[in-house]
Amino acid sequence: MSQHQLVVQRARRSFQTGKTKPLEFRIHQLKNLLRFISERRRDIADAVKRDLGKSEHGTELFETLVLEGEINLAIEKLAEWAAPRPVEKNLLILTDEVYVQPEPLGVVLIIGAWNYPWAVTLQPLVGVIAAGNAGIIKPSEVSSHSAKVMEELLPLYLDKDLYPVVTGGVSETQELLKLRFDHVFYTGSSTVGKLVMEAAARHLTPVTLELGGKSPCYIDKNCDIRIACRRITWGKFINCGQTCIAPDYILCEPCIQGRVVECIRQTLLEFYGADPKCSPDYGRIINLRHFNRVMSLMEGYTPVVGGQSDASQRYIAPTVLKDVPPHSRLMQEEIFGPLLPIVTVSDMDDAINFINEREKPLALYIFCSDKKAIKRMIEETTSGGVTVNDVMMHYTLSSLPFGGVGQSGMGRYHGKHSFDQLSHQRACLIRSLGMEGINRARYPPQDRRRARRVRMALKSPLIDMSKRTFVWAVSVSIIAFGLFIALVVILLIAAGLNCTCWYWRGFYN
Amino acid sequence: MDAHSQEVDRLRSVFRTGVTIPEEFRRTQLTNLISMIKENEEHILNALHEDLAKPKFEAILSEVDMVINELYYALDNLGGWMKLEYVAKNLATKVDDCFIRREPLGVVLIIGAWNYPLQLLILPMVGAIAAGNCVVLKPSEVSAATGRLVAQLIPKYLSQDCYTVVSGGAEETKALLQNRFDHIFYTGSQNVARSILQAAAVHLTPVTLELGGKSPCFIYGEVNIKAAACRLAWAKFFNAGQSCVAPDYVLCTESIRDALLSALREVLEDFYGKEPQDSPDMSRIVSQRHWTRLVDLLRNSNGKVVLGGESNEEDKYIAPTVLVDVAEDDALMKEEIFGPILPIITVESLQQGIDIINSQEKPLALYVFSDDSSVVKTVLEKTSSGGFCSNDGIVYMTLPGLPFGGVGASGYGSSHGRWGFEDFSHRRACMLRGWALERLNGLRYPPYRENKLSWLRWTASPKSCSLM
Repeated sequence: MSQHQLVVQRARRSFQTGKTKPLEFRIHQLKNLLRFISERRRDIADAVKRDLGKSEHGTELFETLVLEGEINLAIEKLAEWAAPRPVEKNLLILTDEVYVQPEPLGVVLIIGAWNYPWAVTLQPLVGVIAAGNAGIIKPSEVSSHSAKVMEELLPLYLDKDLYPVVTGGVSETQELLKLRFDHVFYTGSSTVGKLVMEAAARHLTPVTLELGGKSPCYIDKNCDIRIACRRITWGKFINCGQTCIAPDYILCEPCIQGRVVECIRQTLLEFYGADPKCSPDYGRIINLRHFNRVMSLMEGYTPVVGGQSDASQRYIAPTVLKDVPPHSRLMQEEIFGPLLPIVTVSDMDDAINFINEREKPLALYIFCSDKKAIKRMIEETTSGGVTVNDVMMHYTLSSLPFGGVGQSGMGRYHGKHSFDQLSHQRACLIRSLGMEGINRARYPPQDRRRARRVRMALKSPLIDMSKRTFVWAVSVSIIAFGLFIALVVILLIAAGLNCTCWYWRGFYN
Repeated sequence: MDAHSQEVDRLRSVFRTGVTIPEEFRRTQLTNLISMIKENEEHILNALHEDLAKPKFEAILSEVDMVINELYYALDNLGGWMKLEYVAKNLATKVDDCFIRREPLGVVLIIGAWNYPLQLLILPMVGAIAAGNCVVLKPSEVSAATGRLVAQLIPKYLSQDCYTVVSGGAEETKALLQNRFDHIFYTGSQNVARSILQAAAVHLTPVTLELGGKSPCFIYGEVNIKAAACRLAWAKFFNAGQSCVAPDYVLCTESIRDALLSALREVLEDFYGKEPQDSPDMSRIVSQRHWTRLVDLLRNSNGKVVLGGESNEEDKYIAPTVLVDVAEDDALMKEEIFGPILPIITVESLQQGIDIINSQEKPLALYVFSDDSSVVKTVLEKTSSGGFCSNDGIVYMTLPGLPFGGVGASGYGSSHGRWGFEDFSHRRACMLRGWALERLNGLRYPPYRENKLSWLRWTASPKSCSLM
């Protein structure tokens, strides 16, 4: 048996003992994970600095802050999430218990990515632990320093059997994927996503795929372009453009293109200074292969901002290109780098068509001040998520599900969504053996009378909760009440009592 | 092959026009479906009888009424399901509009099964239509009469632009699967599911799989054996055992077994009379192939037949059959039976029964018969299954509030009621921000400073709302 098989088997055996079922155990593990992040802040920051050139502050902001929030939320809400969820009944089972019970799936494989090696690998783990599963953590080998730190230090805080870290490259991952898991959670490219889904198909394993794509960013000509460009610049160039939900390209009308370029140029100066290479806040490309890939996308085009590079440092300056044709290489694949092409469109309708002609993106960004126009754009397009008048922020709210659609992925997570995604929602009906009389109607031999009774009993819903019925019920009740009062008055008069005389007598005494 | 691609492309361009999105359109289609079923009930019952010799009562209960109830449920709740779901916010997003928008996926493919040819095709379709998708229906070729009827009726009642029926066998399905769909809903066997998933992976198409497995029925402890036998027999022999949630095999102690056998003997006579083959309430096996499969299983089993055992090839009839002394490695325990054959495995303790259940793949349904609630609770907690029902069989899946789906080898995803609607929808996270509070945003911009970070942590925490 290979090393991997042993690790997975150990995790499964440990899961089967039932030790992850009690909520106290899960909360204990989550608290340990929290402790890991706070105690090993330094190690994590150093690893990320070496992998991506990210400053300690940047790591805190984009990796650990998000993780800590998720863990705290899970600890606080776990009892609520894991409790049985009641369900509506029909006549036949009125006296029975009916509910949905969330249960762990078993052993989950998490395949992390290199761009946010901690956030993207450990955030699913929070859901895995909270839902009561065992988890095999496979960090990306491309962010090798982070993988190493994870492999060395995580076992010191989490249960070694239930949450082992497995490192390795493409062939190791392929070997791992031959084994059977109860769920596979993959973050990365669509190309590899297909291979992961195919491998999981052999074992009928469900998958969550957090993939990517080209996230369009539309700037309406009548909005506050200065603020729009500040927000876009922030989102585009953090982590040197290596974010799955970074605004990939801009769509705007030719009349504002110049202004957009100028605003971005100004903002870049504010953020990173005259020479971003010297700014401690500007990152680097992960490796030479991706550096070359991104540089080649620019071939044949002259940028209007930036364009400088230094292969020895894997540095590419924040770069903006304008009047980019839709068929250029820049527009064929996800850029995942600090190149920001601007493609001109004639108006919002043109932008909507442009977006809809392409694969469904992970994120869509709309900068516009007209509420009606925003509504229309949202309704006429689709995407994993949308942020209007900002970028990426929908990722930061854990009550919003984070996931793709179409080529940008399947499934969702964050907050309770992680818990639900990594649980099995088991339908439970608890009946008693009494009241067998009612059941007799459904048994053979059958006749028309019995059939009618059973049809009635199984009719659902029991109570019609529609608006029409509600209005009907309220108006009928008012009429009935009115009739009742009328009846009482009539009866009183008929009984010979003079109501008004009654009233005055009481008043003067 | 080309014809299919053309159909799918056509549906996709219709979908893109946005015609399926408005609530009115979806309501109209769902209402038309109700008319389709109500106005053609006789034809439907005849087709089902032709395919499976399905007794009228069973057909009404498990096919016609189930679909109609689902349709009414969807119509009553559609407005609520389609509404924007506003979510809890933190301080940083306090003044923003944050909601989840349910959107249709596009063109979805629903592949039906032959055991409940109407229900397993149309019930998922209700969820797909409610969610605003275009639908390609692929009825099972094994239940040919119902397939033909569906192919005839759907274009008459539903929009021909948005919904289409594709008929054919395995080859046709394979060709169909070369096309790109936005979701595939498959009911059937594990082997076929694997090839469907492989085809779906090429296009990164999400899938819902409603598979089967061996649904155990554990009878233990204090139990009203007469009532248990009635419910067990009803659930097992309904549709001649050809239900994905039929109790596949029984686990019980020796003493219960003896009481159970005499109770079953009585119950079966009550239900079907002395000659079940003559009873109009007993179904037949769907095809010669499946009949042969079941008869072979019976022959290869080392268990002892104590009830039934008769069969008739021409009639595709197999009597309600019960076997005892069945070992864990018996032929009957190697595959899902899907027929009117009930093996009883004797166990000596609760834990032994649980161990046998857990040694098998996770089933679609799990049944426990016991008057002792601690027994029910223990089995529930120590096992896993798609659904769980104590002291009855099958009925849990008639409740639209409960998700109907499997786990592990019995499938994933769910259908019925809101669950079907959600499976066929995309939950799009939307955050609408304003132009103000740019200074607050400044906290996150470079150049990075330590004090900015502590402010940010505060605004991003969920607890900070309580201060407002």
